[in-house]
Amino acid sequence: MSPRAAARLATIGFEQVYDYTAGKADWAAAGLPLEGTGAAIPRAGDFARRDVPTCTLHDDLRTVRDRVRDSGWDLCIVLDSNGVVIGRLGRAALAADDHRSVEAAMSAGPGTIRPNVPLERIVTRLRERNLHSAVVTTSDGRLVGVLRRDDAESRAGDDASKQT
Amino acid sequence: MDLIDRSDVQRLLDLGAQLVDVLPADEYAEDHLPEAISLPLKQLDAETARRLDRERPVIVYCHDYQ
Repeated sequence: MSPRAAARLATIGFEQVYDYTAGKADWAAAGLPLEGTGAAIPRAGDFARRDVPTCTLHDDLRTVRDRVRDSGWDLCIVLDSNGVVIGRLGRAALAADDHRSVEAAMSAGPGTIRPNVPLERIVTRLRERNLHSAVVTTSDGRLVGVLRRDDAESRAGDDASKQT
Repeated sequence: MDLIDRSDVQRLLDLGAQLVDVLPADEYAEDHLPEAISLPLKQLDAETARRLDRERPVIVYCHDYQ
């Protein structure tokens, strides 16, 4: 649709016309703000915790474990040098006391969700899959945060009770 | 007409570009990029385009690659 609009504007005489082809979906998936009546819908990115521990493949796993335990979290997100999510250290990996590398211990390529997904939909998905959290990333894979199921259920419940 | 990505949009907005949402008006009402104006494709002509400043860049967008 936007290529046709750009072409139409050119025929009308506009000379500086640019087409943002990825459009609104791309903007929202990057966690950038939108305006309008739908902007009030709670979404995953609004409640993703940004303080989740992170590490890289080159970090010492024992040091990472100590840091994560001290933080009160039970997971750690593994990032590359560009902040792109490449793995996840879950409870089992963090509870073990072995000498593996981060790469050997992590679960590679964890499932992720975009910041603009409505919270209610995420609650349903987490319940169906019996998951405790979801990693939230932008469309290009950069970490936004981690949405905990209890946070999502709590907020979704608040909204449901307001509607009754 | 140039195809641009998100970083280009942000750069052009800093330079004073105008954002135009060409989706139907009800979709614009539901959500749109900040400060975008609504010019639905079906109503886009020389008359409705008079809302735009010809001296400034114009960025058009819809939902995605449609």
